[in-house]
Amino acid sequence: MSKQLALVIDLNVCVGCHACVTSCKEWNTSGEAGFLSDDNPYARDPTGTFFNRVQTFEVGEFPNTQTVHFPKSCLHCEDPPCVPVCPTGASYKRAEDGIVLVDYDKCIGCKYCAWACPYGAREIDEHQKVMKKCTLCVDRIYDELLPPADRQPACVMACPTSARLFGDVHDPESAVSKVIRDSGGYALMPEWGTHPANHYLPRRKTEITLHRDELERVDNPLKIDGKLPKPDVRSPSLDDSTTW
Amino acid sequence: MRPAFSVIFLTTLIGAGQGLFIALYVAELGAALGAWSMPPRLYFALGCVLSLSLLGAGLAASFFHLGRPERAWRSAAMWRNSWLSREVIALPAFMAAVAAFGLTHYVRGAGDLSLALGAAGLLLALLLFICTGMIYACIQFLQEWHTPLTVINYTLFGCASGFLLGTAWAAAQAPVLVAASALWTAAFTLAALVTRLASLARNARLKPKSTLQTAIGVKHPRIAQKSEGFMGGSFNTREFFHARSFAWLRAVKWGFLLLVFPLPLVLLAAGAALVSWPVLATAFALQYLGLLAERWFFFAQAKHPQNLYYQAIS
Amino acid sequence: MCACRCGIRVHLRGGEVRYIDGNPGHPLNQGVICAKGSSGIMKQYSPARLTKPLMRKPGSARGDNQFVEVSWDETFRMLQERLAKIRSTDPKKFALFTGRDQMQALTGLFARQFGTPNYAAHGGFCSVNMAAGMIYTLGGSFWEFGGPDLERAKLFVMIGTAEDHHSNPLKIAISKFKRSGGRFISVNPVRTGYSAIADEWVPIKPGTDGALLLALTHEIIHTGLYDREFLARYTNAGYLIDLDPNSEMHGLPVHDSGRHEDIPEYPRNMLWWDRLSEQPAPCHAPEADPYLLGEFTLADGTPVKPAFQLLLERVKDYTPEWAEGITGISAATIRRLAHEMGVTARDQKIELPIAWTDSWGTEHDKVTGNPVAFHAMRGLAAHSNGFQTIRALAILMSILGTIDRPGGFRHKAPFPRGIPPLAKTPKGPEGVRPDTPLAGLALGWPGTPDDLFIDADNQPVRIDKAFSWEYPLSVHGLMHNVITNAWRGDPYRIDMLMIFMANMAWNSSMNTMEVRRMLNDKDESGEYKIPFIVVCDAFQSEMTAFADLILPDTTYLERHDVMSMLDRPISEFDGPVDAVRVPVLPPTGQCKPFQEVLIELAGRLKFPAFVNADGSRKYRDYPDFIINYETEPGSGIGFLAGWRGKGGEKFMQGEPNPRQWEMYARNNCVFQLKLPPSYQYMRNWNKGYHEWAQRSRLRRYADPIVIQIYSEVLQKFRMAAQGRGPAKRRPPAHLAKRIATYFDPLPFYYEPLEAQITDAHKYPLNAITQRPMAMYHSWDSQNAWLRQIHAHNYLFVNPALARAHGIDDGGWIWVESMWGKVRCMARYSEAVEPGTVWTWNAIGKAAGAWNLAPGANEAELGFLLNHLISDELPHPSPAVRAAGGEGSPGEQRISNSDPVTGQAGWYDVRVRIYAAGADEAEQSWPQVAAVAALPGMDRARKTWLAFVAGKKK
Repeated sequence: MSKQLALVIDLNVCVGCHACVTSCKEWNTSGEAGFLSDDNPYARDPTGTFFNRVQTFEVGEFPNTQTVHFPKSCLHCEDPPCVPVCPTGASYKRAEDGIVLVDYDKCIGCKYCAWACPYGAREIDEHQKVMKKCTLCVDRIYDELLPPADRQPACVMACPTSARLFGDVHDPESAVSKVIRDSGGYALMPEWGTHPANHYLPRRKTEITLHRDELERVDNPLKIDGKLPKPDVRSPSLDDSTTW
Repeated sequence: MRPAFSVIFLTTLIGAGQGLFIALYVAELGAALGAWSMPPRLYFALGCVLSLSLLGAGLAASFFHLGRPERAWRSAAMWRNSWLSREVIALPAFMAAVAAFGLTHYVRGAGDLSLALGAAGLLLALLLFICTGMIYACIQFLQEWHTPLTVINYTLFGCASGFLLGTAWAAAQAPVLVAASALWTAAFTLAALVTRLASLARNARLKPKSTLQTAIGVKHPRIAQKSEGFMGGSFNTREFFHARSFAWLRAVKWGFLLLVFPLPLVLLAAGAALVSWPVLATAFALQYLGLLAERWFFFAQAKHPQNLYYQAIS
Repeated sequence: MCACRCGIRVHLRGGEVRYIDGNPGHPLNQGVICAKGSSGIMKQYSPARLTKPLMRKPGSARGDNQFVEVSWDETFRMLQERLAKIRSTDPKKFALFTGRDQMQALTGLFARQFGTPNYAAHGGFCSVNMAAGMIYTLGGSFWEFGGPDLERAKLFVMIGTAEDHHSNPLKIAISKFKRSGGRFISVNPVRTGYSAIADEWVPIKPGTDGALLLALTHEIIHTGLYDREFLARYTNAGYLIDLDPNSEMHGLPVHDSGRHEDIPEYPRNMLWWDRLSEQPAPCHAPEADPYLLGEFTLADGTPVKPAFQLLLERVKDYTPEWAEGITGISAATIRRLAHEMGVTARDQKIELPIAWTDSWGTEHDKVTGNPVAFHAMRGLAAHSNGFQTIRALAILMSILGTIDRPGGFRHKAPFPRGIPPLAKTPKGPEGVRPDTPLAGLALGWPGTPDDLFIDADNQPVRIDKAFSWEYPLSVHGLMHNVITNAWRGDPYRIDMLMIFMANMAWNSSMNTMEVRRMLNDKDESGEYKIPFIVVCDAFQSEMTAFADLILPDTTYLERHDVMSMLDRPISEFDGPVDAVRVPVLPPTGQCKPFQEVLIELAGRLKFPAFVNADGSRKYRDYPDFIINYETEPGSGIGFLAGWRGKGGEKFMQGEPNPRQWEMYARNNCVFQLKLPPSYQYMRNWNKGYHEWAQRSRLRRYADPIVIQIYSEVLQKFRMAAQGRGPAKRRPPAHLAKRIATYFDPLPFYYEPLEAQITDAHKYPLNAITQRPMAMYHSWDSQNAWLRQIHAHNYLFVNPALARAHGIDDGGWIWVESMWGKVRCMARYSEAVEPGTVWTWNAIGKAAGAWNLAPGANEAELGFLLNHLISDELPHPSPAVRAAGGEGSPGEQRISNSDPVTGQAGWYDVRVRIYAAGADEAEQSWPQVAAVAALPGMDRARKTWLAFVAGKKK
């Protein structure tokens, strides 16, 4: 099976800091994708093109509430519904590494691919008028001028909690494949058969189980200082009332 | 979905253009089969011009949909898998057939050639209906669209409005056709009413396959979004939301149901009885307005699963 | 950029910033970077940049935002003239207050050399309770000076932490901690950021953390889950406290008069009651073991108890059931948390095969750790009961035996310091003399009332009343009171206020609207009550409009900076680390680094430390200063510890190295010294470490730093208030009760001061702010990318609470406190305790500020919670309250701050909420008149932006 590069996003450690959001914007606005424009940058309702966003959801009711920070970018589906609908072939999935890309020179900006993406992963650049999306930093990961450690998507490099793992999900021995297997990695909206390459790792809860005997130990320091409650030897006991 | 006006105009205009052409072809076919006398050649030639105008206007409208219209030519490339690409091929092919049909009538009058060209045109018109409809119907997760009814509705609405225009055109150019044409129009309109009501009923009962639970992969009955990750809007909030109230949506629905079906049918009956092209043209205009509303509603009613990710800001 | 000071790599293309990423070779962030760092481009090229020195237009009123350009020559001439005059007459009339700058060593030196006591950074309104509460207890504190050792911890408890702080290192650590199977408990009224990924969220009512911590302590002591050996050896738990009610030393540890005291500041001759010999014994005698509990009578008849016995008695009634009613956390949960902490600390001990010697000469063949780690910040600190709450936290951490041990709390150099640290202010007004440097530091660590900075009439010497009887341990000053005090002339008027990087006319002030009025207020003669205001900042803010002179600062990409051991370095647990920034871009326009302004002025004003013997200027510029400045001539201690000595061969101490900057630049701009493992732990009492620290001149003494379970310093103040004890000074009568109450040597819980005077029925809710991770303080709304993430703010309300008040999700509401009200939008949230409402801090902006369009979200929809918060409370003494004072007729007031430290009580405000009327404007309230862009700023705001590096040229 050929390579399928992807991100694995660990919701168990994502704190919602948006580092991946702006590092992505920063890398890509001067990158191969061309500028990522921002409208009203200093006025009402600033809005711009981003490849990646971090959203927040609340699960459950107080006090049993989970706050879930949820980064979302193109999932690089194995069966991407956005690709076959493209009339020009600008949208394509690379055979060699499975990255779904847009050829900005071919794109006519018809937005049909965005309609055909259930995840809302594509955004048209309002000024370049072509469709844009996460490229997995294709202009970083193969750049031999960069040190090998830097040949990773900008968001992965930035993420302070390393909640973003990058690798080949088709290689069963890769770190990402292992973590998907071991930590219950799942895909978004599996109902559409898109087989997203990106996976998410769920929240996992660590708990401590305490046994009663752990609170009653012989080495209790209160004994040393003589302060464990001891009954008065003169208080009534069975010795006072029974002869057997 | 946010209704895209360029696409609303594109689909309604070419639908009418296709329907009108089919009406013209049926007129020739009927005459050839002896059902009625052959209408005058200008009826066909100018009728084709009318059809081409609608198709051309639709095509022009479609360019407004494109971010990069100067690259529109590229869009024919992917006919093997993209219904949009197929539409992009089918539309000019059909327009060529209409032009050839009209030109043949103009130059040579009705005959085998025009019949043959008309048959080809009919085939292309149907293909075009399928292409156009399938653009929407093929997106499986837009459940409101993902049904054969989408293609059927596009076809029947196109035929109804085209035949209605054809009836008005006949009243002006070939009164002999008015009665038959009115019947065809009524038949298409009523059929469209049935299929559209069917699709409305279907959509009302649809249960969205995607939920917040599948969208973020958390299995809990209570999930509420608090932040989209931005606050001033984005392509995702602009493109996929109609931002209208439920009441507005209902008004549009009843509006189009009224404008597309009963009103034109009444005017059709009156216009046909009076053989009055202005009455019939009014009927067409009203119905066309209704079709704009119908198409607007078609978009607005479609709930894109991506909207699950764009429910609240903070 | 921000105070976390991560290492970054800035990549340029065509002279423009192409990309900023984390420096993988930097110990702090190890290559990662946050949202703010990644948006550095938009900060650098923001249209809100100030680019020219500006002077208030002659004839225009302050606050009108009318400015004219002025040259740097003229600027310096003006400043020199004014400052020279102040310095030669009354230096305290110059006040220098800075925000979250990273050059406090230099700004402090400048103020000290000038001779003014009126200097502080923003610590007083940020987190001084954390610093003081912990340093007066443990000799170290969270964040720059210490933190949780998450690499080895098994249980991590986070209480009230600002999420933009210590951001990347903490994120890295929490992530690793969770992945290695650690259990993470978050105690917070709100579940955002870090709390979101906690294994357990324990919602708590704001301001009640002290009750929780004391109840945990109760439970841990009463179940015997404390680390007895640790308490006995390394804390003053076993010290015998004099309980003779008639003694002048009542409440102080009994000193063994027979033993010699080698260090007067830190006596070591206390007594234990030895368990083995059943008699008094010198403390820490290797062969003795003290009773921690019990009561004893000394040979002279003095009744005594071990300090720990007093703690036990103190927490006796602080039961989990008692705390449940206050905190809103069930008693069962409190018990369980206590058991989890205690059992984890006891049963999951870490033993590292590291030999070390303690300060009393005992050799140990291992370092033991109890793997329970804590972290806390402003959630505890920003309450007027925060100091005692944080004392309670430090004591909880201590009884669990987690201090400077693996898996617990670990110090970072130059901490730990003696308790209290030696740095002191002058003790009276005689320390402030014309044309003379201040006779002490502007900020210090009082050890007794005699260390206060007051005059013979008990009046404060400092404008902010720091180190006065009102806030004796205000070790970071009270910047939040400077403007109010200067305006009122209480204790006196000043001539010039210089503000660096602080937005006092907006989010950095409580009572914002009044402060804005005070900044503009004039006296009867038509003179401004604060005659001259200088603002230095890189960006236009709400504050710049109130300046008489604006100095355009450079950004962090345009200047040299040092993260110095003399200030707040970036040390790691295993040793000292300091760092530099070197400029990658030329200054924008006429921007000048503030450091250069200070060096220039210091030279012109001929400060002794800045001129040669012949009066000529000593330092060419800031880089030159950094290389050549020594704390004392020939001391070998300078701002940077790395690559000292002629050839860069020395560390920590050594003569100036002319190539020091280059050497830093070649080494990732970082100097990191890893101590040998035997010096990495137990540093309060680690003989080897102390000797090393003394040799490196980190500390004067090498004495042990004994944890103050029972605080002698607090007791000394209390005794002064009771009219006895060793200190000569006594508080004025109207403050005696306050001192006696709050300077309790053992932690206790009291309701925050504001809550004590609030009608809880009328204002039943707590209102707090949280810091969004994608913004640092208030500084990022000028950033085109970051402001898309937080364009405006909502008030988060628990849905049950909101529905009870008829408030819709997204609806407009009023939030009202005793002091003011704001109109804003509500957002339902299940992640907030129902008695609390909260919002993101400082997203709301004044119209037009930061060069945003007047109709921008920040101004129209965003709001500032500060409008609800008062900077002052009615004076606690009815007599004084009635006496009145200037500007506040009929009612004398006192800062809304912790009575011990002067920490601003940001989170004490109580509010009520109600839906706004349907006919009201859908706009936040209050609004202020829009300010326009200043000369030198980009006045034509771009309607859209397409940044591609290197394309402009």
